[in-house]
Amino acid sequence: MMSAFDIVKIARKISRPSALEYINYIFNDFIEFHGDRLFRDDKAIVGGIAFLGDIPCTVIGIQKGHTIEENIERNFGSPHPEGYRKALRLMKQAEKFNRPVISFINTAGAFCGIGAEERGQGEAIAKNLFEMSGMKIPLISIMIGEGGSGGALALAVSDKVWILENSIYSILSPEGFASILWKDSKRSEEAAEIMKITAQDLLELGVVDKIIDEADGGAQNNFEYTADIIKNELFNEILKLKEKNIEKLIEERYNRFRKFGEFSE
Amino acid sequence: MLNLFKKKKYVSVVESASETNEKTVFANTNQPSIPDGMWVKCPSCGKTIYKKEIGTFRICPECGGYFRLKAKCRVGFIADNDTFEEFNQDMTAKNPLNYPDYEDKIKKTQEKTGINDAVVTGKCKIGGIQSVLCVMDSGFIMGSMGSVVGEKITQAFEYATENNLPIVIFTTSGGARMQEGIIALMQMAKVSAAVYKHSEKGLLYVTVFTDPTTGGVTASFAMLGDIILSEPKALIGFAGRRVIEQTIKQKLPEEFQTAEFLLEHGFIDKIVPRENLKEVISKILEIHCGKGCEE
Repeated sequence: MMSAFDIVKIARKISRPSALEYINYIFNDFIEFHGDRLFRDDKAIVGGIAFLGDIPCTVIGIQKGHTIEENIERNFGSPHPEGYRKALRLMKQAEKFNRPVISFINTAGAFCGIGAEERGQGEAIAKNLFEMSGMKIPLISIMIGEGGSGGALALAVSDKVWILENSIYSILSPEGFASILWKDSKRSEEAAEIMKITAQDLLELGVVDKIIDEADGGAQNNFEYTADIIKNELFNEILKLKEKNIEKLIEERYNRFRKFGEFSE
Repeated sequence: MLNLFKKKKYVSVVESASETNEKTVFANTNQPSIPDGMWVKCPSCGKTIYKKEIGTFRICPECGGYFRLKAKCRVGFIADNDTFEEFNQDMTAKNPLNYPDYEDKIKKTQEKTGINDAVVTGKCKIGGIQSVLCVMDSGFIMGSMGSVVGEKITQAFEYATENNLPIVIFTTSGGARMQEGIIALMQMAKVSAAVYKHSEKGLLYVTVFTDPTTGGVTASFAMLGDIILSEPKALIGFAGRRVIEQTIKQKLPEEFQTAEFLLEHGFIDKIVPRENLKEVISKILEIHCGKGCEE
């Protein structure tokens, strides 16, 4: 049995398959689009249009690299506000042309820096949460590595949220959590155990709807195995979601998030 | 998120020198009558001030700096007299992660602050106009948003949507509440979806940023107001200052992430001094509601 922190390590492996690898394998004719039309193109987020079988889709991904050079180009998969605004632009475009949006999420979190604050990181994330909740198209999000906090949630207010077996989704990194609550980032292993960040914990909490299998040791050991499962699951799910009355779909999406919270009165 | 825990302690009004410690930070800012002979330290200029001189609005007479306000004190400034009816007063957090000693921390904070979690919600009249009002309280675990804050604000929006009412929210928060983990993160989506429904109905939502508002609250409902106001000099941001400094390995300028900085960068509509807030909010409500809203 792997510990939660073992899973954190797999989720962060530099060899872990990236969003673009899944997109290029699962979809046909992917055409990447750039820019938020407001400031610039954020390379930490990729997006465009493609076919899933014969279904036109919009696909979005938070992209990490496999090398230091790639990671510098991709800002280690930590988007700036313009990345979230690009994603929103592409989602709005998908809504106009009535095609589903599939998002592949892999980020330690939204970037923390001067430019990100100046350009409204908080506003960009908030706007995505707001707009996604009412979007009149099916939305599916898949956590393929790290699902770090608001930076991951900003692409995950979706009808279905799936997670790969060795991915995580959390309020903050275990290091950040330990640093804030115990003033000691070195207690990250202990934090990982307590935070309920593994696929199994998240499924039990209802935060994710499905766990996608990976090969032993992680998806990098047999990429096609995991990518084929995702492809099949997406195909089935999109057909189901497209059948639904759109008002009902939005109401169910609202209730999906409305249910979270533990309190007494 | 919640990086403000490590920021400098803000000393609010304290009872005596011997109690000037962490535990009494934020204490007693809502006492309507201030006993004589008490001195307080201004959080902005650090000068020791005769408590009476900070007045009803809790403003330093030396430098004009603001003391942080308790939620109920703020409700008193904003709601018309005797019109505030609180919602969900007894709602209390559970412990979704089974985080050690969380229940205990909640209980102690409740005893210390006299409120059950970090937001007070309800309906009231503001300048004669029926509204829903939510006020966060940084004295309760740094105003962090867990299940209770998320649920109370969601219910407040749902009530406003159902009853065609405008909503005004005063924010102050370090972000999502770490002790509730991913469930706290989900509150950001839950509240934002409730804001969307309210907005779709053509109803007004006014946000007022107060010091400090960061993390998951900035990155959800706080930034979603149709009109966004702020108190002067309030700290407003997504990431905490210390986290940014660690990430980029350089010192940040003083004015970074202040209300004035956000105004300049186009993220808030107007900075309004504390003593004028009720008047400005009342006028905004009147412009949106017309005379028809008055009863």
